[in-house]
Amino acid sequence: MAFLEIRNATKSYGSVEVLHDIDIAIEEGEFLVLVGPSGCGKSTLLNMIAGLEEITSGEIRIKDIVMNNVHPSKRNIAMVFQSYALYPNMTVAQNITFGLEMHGIPKPKREKALHEVAALLQIEGLLDRKPGQLSGGQRQRVAMGRALVRNPDVFLFDEPLSNLDAKLRVDMRTEIKKLHQNLGTTIVYVTHDQIEALTLSTRIAVMNNGHVQQLGTSQEIYDRPANLFVATFMGSPAMNLIPVTLAADGGKLLARTAADSPTVSLALPDLMRPALEKFIDQSVILGVRPEALTDVDGADQRAPHLERFSSLVLLSEPAGSDTYVTTRIGGVECTARMRADARVTAQASTDFVINMDRVVFFDPATEVRIA
Amino acid sequence: MAAATQDMVVRTGAVTRTLIYVVLLLFALFYLLPLVVMLVNSVKPLAEITGGNMIAFPDVWTLEPWRKAWSEAQVGVQATGLKPYFWNSIKMVVPAVTISTILGALNGYVLTKWRFRGDTVLFGLMLFACFIPFQIVLIPMARVLGIFGLAGTTWGLVVVHVVYGIGFTTLYYRNYYAAFPSELVRAAQIDGASFFQIFWRILLPSSGPITVVSIIWQFTNIWNDFLFGASFADFSSQPMTVALNNLVQSSTGVKEYNVHFAGAILAALPTLLVYIVAGRYFVRGLMAGSVKG
Repeated sequence: MAFLEIRNATKSYGSVEVLHDIDIAIEEGEFLVLVGPSGCGKSTLLNMIAGLEEITSGEIRIKDIVMNNVHPSKRNIAMVFQSYALYPNMTVAQNITFGLEMHGIPKPKREKALHEVAALLQIEGLLDRKPGQLSGGQRQRVAMGRALVRNPDVFLFDEPLSNLDAKLRVDMRTEIKKLHQNLGTTIVYVTHDQIEALTLSTRIAVMNNGHVQQLGTSQEIYDRPANLFVATFMGSPAMNLIPVTLAADGGKLLARTAADSPTVSLALPDLMRPALEKFIDQSVILGVRPEALTDVDGADQRAPHLERFSSLVLLSEPAGSDTYVTTRIGGVECTARMRADARVTAQASTDFVINMDRVVFFDPATEVRIA
Repeated sequence: MAAATQDMVVRTGAVTRTLIYVVLLLFALFYLLPLVVMLVNSVKPLAEITGGNMIAFPDVWTLEPWRKAWSEAQVGVQATGLKPYFWNSIKMVVPAVTISTILGALNGYVLTKWRFRGDTVLFGLMLFACFIPFQIVLIPMARVLGIFGLAGTTWGLVVVHVVYGIGFTTLYYRNYYAAFPSELVRAAQIDGASFFQIFWRILLPSSGPITVVSIIWQFTNIWNDFLFGASFADFSSQPMTVALNNLVQSSTGVKEYNVHFAGAILAALPTLLVYIVAGRYFVRGLMAGSVKG
């Protein structure tokens, strides 16, 4: 029995099904992030949990109680909206306590809850102001206060940071993370920003076209993406996807690029062999994160399987902490993440190293990860 | 903002500018002329008017015509002046405006925030009501008022004006609430507010500008209505407009033009007052939502 359970939930508008058989279960205190491109159905799913959208089939349970036909206010959930949705005619204090008032909680108790939440979010000085007199970050805090004061079972966040400027977004992200750590609340959080997803979550559901593509921890999603969509959507810069042919060379398994001259040939760790056996002499897609494709000195020297080759540098982009180098491998442009002081010159050949333990393979036909 | 608009003004020479102001002034004077004539003649003894002195200022200033129009003139059977009819109008206008505005606001709320199958068709039909000429409904309306036993009463007129006004007020509020963020309604739903609580606590407090528009529009139309008042009211419920007509059109006795002028101004005063008090909100409300910021 999970704390929040979504079982075979679908959503249709007329004859168009926008969410297909969603199955997610999370435990109390988890921070689930629904991430995906716009139109993938993540906000619809959140609204279904909130009760603002009906569930076409399947069920949603909170604390093992079916919520399908329960009114939003009776689900013991709280929601933070993208636009904050603060009531413009009420003061901050009224905004925060409105829900308590509607649930018939007596005034002294409301006041007490208000001041606890205000202290927690450091908005005591703002209680008499109207939302129009607040800055973006302050509104964000008030919106969270309004959710916190209800002491709900589940918090729902609908892209809460997307209206803030870049600096504030990072600050608020940290605050939400802290809040979750300190209060241990259960959170479902919708975003299209993969960095938010990776940093905040205990688990991530990557969604596309109404399907959950992968459900897992940040590390699982990042290191072992289930398919090509997850591989390209999560991570910035995106994972490099290089078409290669697998070849058996004596006891070794080699991945060879086709389009290059000379061909790059990479020896694979023996551990991968069982999974890739039936793809020998076939084309597959090799996926490598930019940080696993680097310069010789920058490579992790403890890694047992480093493969070295040289390639022409097309572009070098120093980004302060790292230098991003673009090169062409197997006919596609790849990004390598090198040390900031790596010496590379554009249009000159340099040596690259791939950490083969961090490489993944995809079947080009099904787009599913095979190793 | 102010600086930006200043920069955008088309620059013109002094001569052109003077010419523009002279022409504008002439237009303004011409437009104000009827009002001036009315005001001037309403404070003039009748003898001066019948003596052929229409345009000039009075030799003797008097408020007698105003007093007479208000409380003495022969309008109906009794020489009551316009006073009782003024109150008839008030008794008709206040409930009619209030009810039609509240219903319009509720309609707008439902049509935008509680969408249902066929809501656009329903709204289209309500919109259509704005274009039905008064004359078409006279006979059916008379029949309906008869059935309900409201014929010849103030409440009958209230019903007529409410029914006729709902189309307009619904249009105003629907368009206003269409721009009102639905997330607020959803947030209130999660907070546990009921249908009417959301309306009273969230939407209505933010509806100031459009409420002013609705009130001005309804007040002016209902106060100035003559046809329904003449058709459906009896002596005890006739509104100001009908009384003014009776005063001016009476075919017996001397035509007291000064009293007629005073009466006409009295009949127009409440609408003028509403415009002066709420006029700036009227423009603001009509523009609401058209520009951001």
